[in-house]
Amino acid sequence: MPKLILKDGTTYEGNSFGADRSTSGEVVFATGMVGYPEAITDPSFRGQILVMTYPLIGNYGVPDKKFWESGKIQISGLIVCNYNDTPSHYSSRQTLSAWLKKEKIPALEVKDTRGLTLKLRTKGVMLGSLEFLPSPSPSPKGRGGQQIPHPTGVPLSSLGENGVALGGRREWGGFDDPNLRNLVAEVSTKKSFIIGNGKKTVVLIDCGAKANIARSLVKRGLKVVVVPWNFNPLKLKQKISGVVISNGPGDPQKADVTIANVKLLMAKKMPILGICLGNQILALAAAGTTYKLKFGHRGQNQPCVLSGTKKAILTTQNHGFAVGKIPKGFREWFYNANDNTNEGIIHRSLPFMSVQFHPEATPGPTDADWIFDEFVKKLK
Amino acid sequence: MTNKFKKILVLGSGALKIGEAGEFDYSGSQAIKALKEEKIKTVLVNPNIATIQTSKHLADEVYFLPVNPYFVEKVIAKEKPDGIMLSFGGQTALNCGLALQKSGVLKKYKVQVLGSPVKSIELTEDRQLFADHLKSIGIPVPPSGSATNFDQAKTIAKQIGFPLMVRAAFALGGQKSGMAHNLKELKEIVDGALAVSPQVLIEKYLKHFKEVEYEVVRDRNDNCVTVCNMENFDPLGIHTGDSIVIAPSQTLTNDEYHGLREASIKIVKSLGIIGECNVQYALNPHPSRSPSPSGRGIKGEGFDLDYYVIEVNARLSRSSALASKATGYPLAYVAAKLGLGKSLLEVKNKITQVTQGFFEPALDYVVVKLPRWDLEKFKGAEEKIGSAMKSVGEVMAIGRSFEEALQKAVRMQSGNAEGVTDNGFSNKEQVKHFLSEPTPKRVFAVAAAFKHGIKVREIYRLTGIDPWFLFRIENIVRAEKEFVEMSTPDGSHLGETLLNLKQLGFSDKKIGELSHKTELEIRETRKKLNIKPSVFQIDTLAGEVPAKTNYLYLTYYGSHNDVNPLGEKAVIVLGSGPYHIGSSVEFDWSCVHAAIALKRHKKQSIIVNCNPETVSTDYDMSDRLYFENLSFETVADIYEFEFAPRSGIPLRGKKAGGVIISVGGQRPNNLANKLSAEGFKLLGTAAVDIDRAEDRNKFSALLDKLDIKQPRWQSFADIADAKKFAKEVGYPVLVRPSYVLSGSAMSVCYSQTQLEYFVTRAAVLSPEYPVTISKYIENAKELEFDAVAQNGRLVIYAIAEHVENAGVHSGDATIVYPTQRVYASTEQQIILISRQLAKELKITGPFNIQFLVKDNKPSVIEVNLRASRTFPLLSKALDINLPELAVDSFFGKAPHDKIYKYPKAVVVKSPQFSFARLSGADPILRVEMASTGEVACFGKDYDEALIKSILSANSFDFSKRSVLLSIGGQINKAKFLDAAKGLLGLGYKIFATDTTEEFLRGQGVVCHAVRKAYQAEPNFLNIIEGKQVAFVVNLSQVNSRVEQERVRRHLTDGFRIRRAAVDNQIPLFTDLHLARAFVKALGNYSVEYLEIKSYREYLNN
Repeated sequence: MPKLILKDGTTYEGNSFGADRSTSGEVVFATGMVGYPEAITDPSFRGQILVMTYPLIGNYGVPDKKFWESGKIQISGLIVCNYNDTPSHYSSRQTLSAWLKKEKIPALEVKDTRGLTLKLRTKGVMLGSLEFLPSPSPSPKGRGGQQIPHPTGVPLSSLGENGVALGGRREWGGFDDPNLRNLVAEVSTKKSFIIGNGKKTVVLIDCGAKANIARSLVKRGLKVVVVPWNFNPLKLKQKISGVVISNGPGDPQKADVTIANVKLLMAKKMPILGICLGNQILALAAAGTTYKLKFGHRGQNQPCVLSGTKKAILTTQNHGFAVGKIPKGFREWFYNANDNTNEGIIHRSLPFMSVQFHPEATPGPTDADWIFDEFVKKLK
Repeated sequence: MTNKFKKILVLGSGALKIGEAGEFDYSGSQAIKALKEEKIKTVLVNPNIATIQTSKHLADEVYFLPVNPYFVEKVIAKEKPDGIMLSFGGQTALNCGLALQKSGVLKKYKVQVLGSPVKSIELTEDRQLFADHLKSIGIPVPPSGSATNFDQAKTIAKQIGFPLMVRAAFALGGQKSGMAHNLKELKEIVDGALAVSPQVLIEKYLKHFKEVEYEVVRDRNDNCVTVCNMENFDPLGIHTGDSIVIAPSQTLTNDEYHGLREASIKIVKSLGIIGECNVQYALNPHPSRSPSPSGRGIKGEGFDLDYYVIEVNARLSRSSALASKATGYPLAYVAAKLGLGKSLLEVKNKITQVTQGFFEPALDYVVVKLPRWDLEKFKGAEEKIGSAMKSVGEVMAIGRSFEEALQKAVRMQSGNAEGVTDNGFSNKEQVKHFLSEPTPKRVFAVAAAFKHGIKVREIYRLTGIDPWFLFRIENIVRAEKEFVEMSTPDGSHLGETLLNLKQLGFSDKKIGELSHKTELEIRETRKKLNIKPSVFQIDTLAGEVPAKTNYLYLTYYGSHNDVNPLGEKAVIVLGSGPYHIGSSVEFDWSCVHAAIALKRHKKQSIIVNCNPETVSTDYDMSDRLYFENLSFETVADIYEFEFAPRSGIPLRGKKAGGVIISVGGQRPNNLANKLSAEGFKLLGTAAVDIDRAEDRNKFSALLDKLDIKQPRWQSFADIADAKKFAKEVGYPVLVRPSYVLSGSAMSVCYSQTQLEYFVTRAAVLSPEYPVTISKYIENAKELEFDAVAQNGRLVIYAIAEHVENAGVHSGDATIVYPTQRVYASTEQQIILISRQLAKELKITGPFNIQFLVKDNKPSVIEVNLRASRTFPLLSKALDINLPELAVDSFFGKAPHDKIYKYPKAVVVKSPQFSFARLSGADPILRVEMASTGEVACFGKDYDEALIKSILSANSFDFSKRSVLLSIGGQINKAKFLDAAKGLLGLGYKIFATDTTEEFLRGQGVVCHAVRKAYQAEPNFLNIIEGKQVAFVVNLSQVNSRVEQERVRRHLTDGFRIRRAAVDNQIPLFTDLHLARAFVKALGNYSVEYLEIKSYREYLNN
C-alpha cells in the first residue's frame, strides 16, 4: 500500500486516488470544511503535502479553471480521510481524482487524519514523503498505475513496522525541504501582465498571489499590473496609485528582494496593502520582526478583532509565522481573538497597511472583503 | 462589565409536543445557567414538570403554570422581574411574550425584553412584512403573497401559478401547511391554515431545490458568526423537522457555502438580532445562469447563487439545539449571555476553554440527524410526510464518513433496524411508490431501490434527493452485496472486508446476519483482528489547537484514541435514546440526576445517549459524554474501552465501574440480559431478576407464588387456544405482546371477531414474542406505585392515582398525587405487595408497579425495575430526588429508616396530545399511548391543581360561556348528568347532539340541539369551526367505539366532532371521569382565583 512517511518515521498507509508518484514536502493541515479546489491551487501551499482535516473531500468535483486560485495544483501531495469519487454539482467539470492524476499530484486516503493532524500540531509542521513502492500484493483495481521509485532510493526494508522504531539505524536524507528553496520565486509570475481596465492602476507583487486578490481589485474598478516578486514597481512607466504585496509560500526572509523593493515604495509614501506573507514582508521592510507560532493558523475560522474596538471578523488563514515587534510608526490593526497574536498592522499616518489573514477569502468567509475598500480609499 | 439586571424571567415551552420538544429544555436550562453565573436571579414559568430546567438546582423560582399571557402577567406582577427572555421556550414562549408586549403588560411592569428586539421578532413572524424587508436589502424570497381568506388566496395563486406552498403564519413547526397543485387542494389547505392562524402565506413551490440552514449569532456590537450550516438530505418540501439533516453541508461549494453565510449575516444584521437566529434557504441545484468567478460573494450585481430565503426564526430552535450538539458550540448559553448585553468576544466557550463566542467551529466528522416518527401509534394518521412536521423525536449520529454516520443513525432511530439496507419492501413497484411519496420509510426505499437495480438518475428524478447522497447509499448496498457474494463458510473473508464494512457503518449484528453468524461471533472475530472503534473528541477546532473536551464519539476511521480510559472510578449511565411516544424528557431527567448523583459517591459519570434534544447530552452534565447508540455493540465497545482496555482485566471485577441501565427508560433496560450474560457489571437489580419481572410467564409464576392477585392472563402462539381462553375469562380482553413499553400493538377486544383480527396483526408485528391475552377489567381504578429499594427493602415510595379508569394508558392518563379517592386499606395492601415484590426480586434501585383496583382489591398489572415516567413528577411533589436515592442504593448508601415529610400541596399531571399535527388521527384515549408530552401543576387541593394542569395543556377561551356535549351510551349520559347541571349552574350555554339533547332535556337540563355534520347547517361543525364553545365533551360508548375503529371511522359523528375540535384548537374531553372532574373543579375555582405560587412556596407551606 502507498504510504505517507513523516520525518520522525511515523507511517500512514492509504489508498491512492491521485498520481502514483512518490514525492516529498512539508506536511501541513487545513481545517476548512469547503473549498478544496481553491486550497490546492493556492500558491501558498507550494511544496507542501496538504492534510485536509474535514474527512469528506471530492464531494462537488472540480470547477472550471477560471475558479481556481492559480493555473494549476500547487500542493505536492494531498491527504484526506475519505475521498468521494462520485461528485454531484452542476459546476463540476471533472473529479478531483482525475484532476490530480492529470497534474501528476499524488493523493492518499489515510483513515486517521485526525491523529496525523494532532501530531503535526504538537510537533509542528514536519517533512514527509509519499511513497509508492511495488507492494507484494497488487494494488486494487483502478488505483494502481505505474510505480515510480522513491526519489532517494531508500529501500523499504529499512523502515520499521510502523515506521516508528527507526532509531539511529538509518539516516533520513530523502526529504526534500521546500523551505530551503526559494518558493516565492518558484510560484511568482515570470512576466508582468495586466488585468482590468480601470482608470487607476495598482501593482500586485506576485509572491504567489491567489487569483481572487486580483479579481477583488478589478471588481473595484482598478487596473491591476501583476509583477514578479523581485520586480520594483517604481520602474513601471505608467503612474501607479498603490501596491499590493500578495500572499505566498514559505519564509518571509527568503523574499529579500521584495523586502528591499517595499522599502523603496515606503520611501515614496506609496499606498501599500500587504496580505499574509505580504504582512510579514511589510513588517520586515519597516524594521519589525517575525517569529514562528506555536500553533499556526490554518483554517477558515480565525477570529480577528479590529484593535481598539469591539468589532471582530472571521477570516481565512494559512500561516505559521506572525509579526512580532510592530515596526515604528505602525500600530496593531488586528489581533487574533483566540491567541491574541498580531493579525495586521497599519501605519499611524502613512497609507501602509497589511493583514495576516486573507481578505480575498476563497476559500473561506467573506467578512474581510472591506479591507480592499480601505486600501482603495488610500490610493493616490 | 457590571450587570444592570437583578431578576430575569425565562419562559419555557410547556409540554413536549410535535414541533416543540426537548430542545427547549436544553436551551432553557443553558440560559438559566448562563444567568446564574452572572449572579442574576432567575424566575421560570414552565408547567413541564419532567424537564431539567424546572429542577430545584437551576432557576431561583419555578412556576408550574401555563405559559400564556394571563398567567405570565400574574407572575410578573408578583415577581417584578426587570428583564424577560422570550427566545428559549420555542414558539410558545415567543408568542406569549409578543402578546404581553402588545398588550402593554411589559411596559406597565417595566420589564425589558432581553435579546432580539420585539420589533424584529414581529417582523420575522409576519411573512409579508418580512418578505418586503428582505427584498429591500436585496435578499431574494420566493414569489409569494399573503391572504386572510380564500378569495385572496385564489388571486395570489393566479399571479404566481401552481404548484404552490401554503403555510399558516404564527404556527409551530409548519402546522397546517402543504403543497397545492390545484384550486381544490389550495382550498383545503387554506381553510385548515386559517383555522389556526389569521393569515396564510402562499408561495412558489421550488421543486427539488436543496434546503440549507445556517445558525447565526449576533451581539450588540454587530459582531456576527454562523456557527453551523446544515443541509437536508430531502429536497425542499419536507419540513426540516422531518428531514434527514447533515452537518456540515456536503454538496455546497466554497462559493455557495460562504455566499449563503454572507447572506445570513446580512439578514441577521439588518434585523438587529441579539442572540440566536436561524435562516433557512432554498438553493437551486441547477441554476440556469452560469457562474462567474468575478461576482463572488453576494454584493453587487454579479450575484450568482440562485437561492431564496424560506424562513427565519429569531429564537433558539430545534435546529439550534442540533447545531449545538453537532458542533460543540453552546448556542443557547451564548445567546443568553448576548441577551445580557455581552459581546461575543467576552463569552468564553466553556467546552473548548480555548475559543470564545466569536468563532465558527471546524468539524472533522460528519453529523447525520434522523427524525423519529411514531405515526403507527396514531390511529388513522397519514403516513405521508411533507411541509408539516410529524416526527416526535430525533437522533444524531457522528461519523467520519456519511455512510458510517447514516447507518449509526438508522440504528439509533428505532432500535429495530440494523442498517439502511434493512427493509421489507415486497417489490419494485412498492419501492417506487415509497420513493415518490415521502414517508418515514424513504431512506430505506432508496437502499431497496438500488437492490432492485434502479439507477441513481431515476431515484433522483423520483425523490429529488441530491445524487451525492444517493451514491453514498449505493456504496453501502454495493458493499453489502459484494460481501455476501464473497462470503465463505469458514468466515475467512471477514479479515479482508470487516474493517471496510465497519467504516461503512455496518453493525456486528448485521454483518452476522449477512454471513450466517451471531453478533457475538462477529464481535469475537473483530476483536481478534484488532478492529475496534477509535474514541474521538469533538473539539470544534478539528484538532488545530488542544481543547479540553469530554464530548466523544466512536469511529472506525482512526488508529488512535483521543482520551485515556477513566477506569474503575467511572460509571456509565445509559440515556433514553430518541424521544418518542412513551419515552420522553422524563427519562432524560432521571438520567441527568443519576449522573449528577454519582459525584456524591466520588464517581465520574459517563453518559451514553444519541438524542440531540436532551440535557443529558449537554457538555457539563457528565464527566464524559459519548454521543452514541444504546445498542449492545456500542455500549460494550465503550465499556471495554473505559474499563477493560487490555484483555485479562475482568469485566465484572473491581476495575469496572459498571453500567446504570435503569434511569433511561425501556431502551437501556432492554440491554440488561445481554450485557449481564457477557460479563458486564450492572449497577442495581440483577439482570436475572429484571428478567423475572419482564418475562410474563416468570412474573406470573412469581405472583402466584407470593399469592398476589393479577388479572387472569395467558400467552399464546396459537389463535384457537387464544379464543378458547378469551371465552373462558369472558370478553373484553386485553391483547398485547411481551416487552411492551408504550402499548405498541396493545388493544382491547370486545368480541371474537376483534380478537382474531387483532391477534393476526400483533403476531405479524412481533413474531419473536408470543401474544399475551388478559382479562380486561372494566371500571377499575389504576394506581402508580413508584419506589426505590435497596437490597430488597423499600427506601422510599409514593402512590399516585389515575383520574381516568384503567384502560387509558398510564402515559395518557391524568395523574394526581397524593391519591384522592383511595381507601387507606387499599394503600396498605399496595405497600405490602410492593414490599413482597421488592424482597422477592431483590430490588436495588428504582422501580414502578402499576396496580389495578376493583372493589378495594389491588391486582398487579406490571412491574418495571427501572425509573418510570412518573419519577420526576413524584420527585418534585415529594421534594426528594428519587434518582439520587437510586444511585445511593446502588452503593448501599440509601438510608432505610428516614421519615419523609408528606406533601401539603396536590399535584396533577395532564397529558399533552399533538393530534392537531396529525391529520386523520382519531383523538381518543386508548390502551395505546398517544400523548407526546405532559404538564403538571400544584394546587392547594385537587380541584385547583387539576384546573391549572388542564389549562397548561390546552388553550381555553372562557369568554365563550358555551360547551358542546355529545355523549354516547345511556350509562355515560346518566353519569354525566350532574356535570351537565353543574355547567348550567355556572352559566354555560349547552349545545348537545341529538340523543344527548333528548336525554338532558328529559332531565330538565336546558340545552340547544345541534344537527349532525351531514345535516343542514348550522350543525356541530359550524359550532366548532365558529369557535362558539369553550370546550367539547365527546364520550363514546366503549363497545361501539372499538367497532367504529374497524369500520369506516372517518364517517362517524364522534370522529368528526373530535377531529373538528382538535383542528380548531378547542379543548376536547373524551373521558367521563376527567370531564366530570374538570366541571366539578370549574365550579370551585374560576380562573381568577387560581393561586400564583412558586414551587418553593408550595414546598415551604
